[in-house]
Amino acid sequence: MARITAGVATSHVPAIGAALDLGKSGEDYWKPLFAGYEPSKRWIAEQKPDVVILVYNDHASAFSLELIPTFAIGCADEFAPADEGWGPRPVPTVHGHPELAWHLAEKLILDEFDMTIVNRMDVDHGLTVPLSLMFGQPDAWPCKVIPLAVNVVQYPPPTGARCHRLGQAIRRAVESFPEDLNVQVWGTGGMSHQLQGPRAGLINSAFDNAFLDRLVHDPAGQAQVPHLDYVREAGSEGIELVMWLIMRGALDDRVNVAHRFYHVPASNTAVGHLILENA
Amino acid sequence: MTEKPYHDIPGTVLFDAEQSRKGFHLNQFCMSLMKAKNRAAFKADERAYLDGWPMTEAQKQAVLDRDWNGMIALGGNIYFTSKIAATDGLSFRQIAAVMSGVSEETYAQMMLDGGRSIEGNRSRKEQSGKDAS
Repeated sequence: MARITAGVATSHVPAIGAALDLGKSGEDYWKPLFAGYEPSKRWIAEQKPDVVILVYNDHASAFSLELIPTFAIGCADEFAPADEGWGPRPVPTVHGHPELAWHLAEKLILDEFDMTIVNRMDVDHGLTVPLSLMFGQPDAWPCKVIPLAVNVVQYPPPTGARCHRLGQAIRRAVESFPEDLNVQVWGTGGMSHQLQGPRAGLINSAFDNAFLDRLVHDPAGQAQVPHLDYVREAGSEGIELVMWLIMRGALDDRVNVAHRFYHVPASNTAVGHLILENA
Repeated sequence: MTEKPYHDIPGTVLFDAEQSRKGFHLNQFCMSLMKAKNRAAFKADERAYLDGWPMTEAQKQAVLDRDWNGMIALGGNIYFTSKIAATDGLSFRQIAAVMSGVSEETYAQMMLDGGRSIEGNRSRKEQSGKDAS
């Protein structure tokens, strides 16, 4: 039987990818950020997940305004890094797990989560930066990845409560897959940041750290927090944090915190990172 | 414009239904800049390239002027308009500095110092209360 063993949450700031790709990770500006992920690289080398269900948002790369799915699951064999306007990131092609992805799509839809099924999709920094942070710069990604894209660009995104329940449904679906697989769920995006307008550069570390605490100890309570609170307190793009609730919903109620890291700034953004293990 | 609770957040435009409808063609134009050949065509003659899209004159002018806040007000979404920035070779941080009305150095230093504080930036009500006191 497939099982979910752990969850990872991390910001997915594009500048982090650029820093790695351009060989700047050793610079003073970036050193503390990458140092915060060294324990994570060691951890994942030991964990060796077979599949990562990677919850992220597309940033107008695969989805324009022609089609805006709230929840989309990538069922393809592979996903190419997207050209986001300055050429694709020089990172390996992402290999999917179509059998598990289709199984998830079927189970989730019958569990009343109306997933959009995606058979062809490029993946942008939202998906590839977390892979880079956790695995560094390998020639090939060491596991299969099922992209799960959540709309957080067109307001409103799904509610925190809906995301939390989707995570719970993903767990049920994974555990009904017959093959013996070590599966992780990652939630990405956030933390506080605002990229637009006169309030650009907003950072709220008190909000971020309270979110990290509550995500670990009281996810059902955090899931009740309305969008307006995220937007007001964590910035217009800080609302990406609802995606972390999908990861959290897929884990046990009680979890071990294997690693926690918080850093300001990466470009315009506060970076948060958690590794949670089922107890 | 229907008044929404989030209109009270200062310096912030949520990309809601109203903005999305207003900005559809502007954002789809931005989307076209994902392709290298379109970026080259845009750079070669911006006005002619823009005239190929059913955008309003105000939207076209905002693009030509690189009026980043103006584009947002006219329905642009930052993830789309940032593709113009990428075409220009500008980073998110550079256009964020422009949108918040400071130099890149000042903006970068603000971020190194922990970012823009939430204090005084939660609501217009809070700001006007402060002004009155």
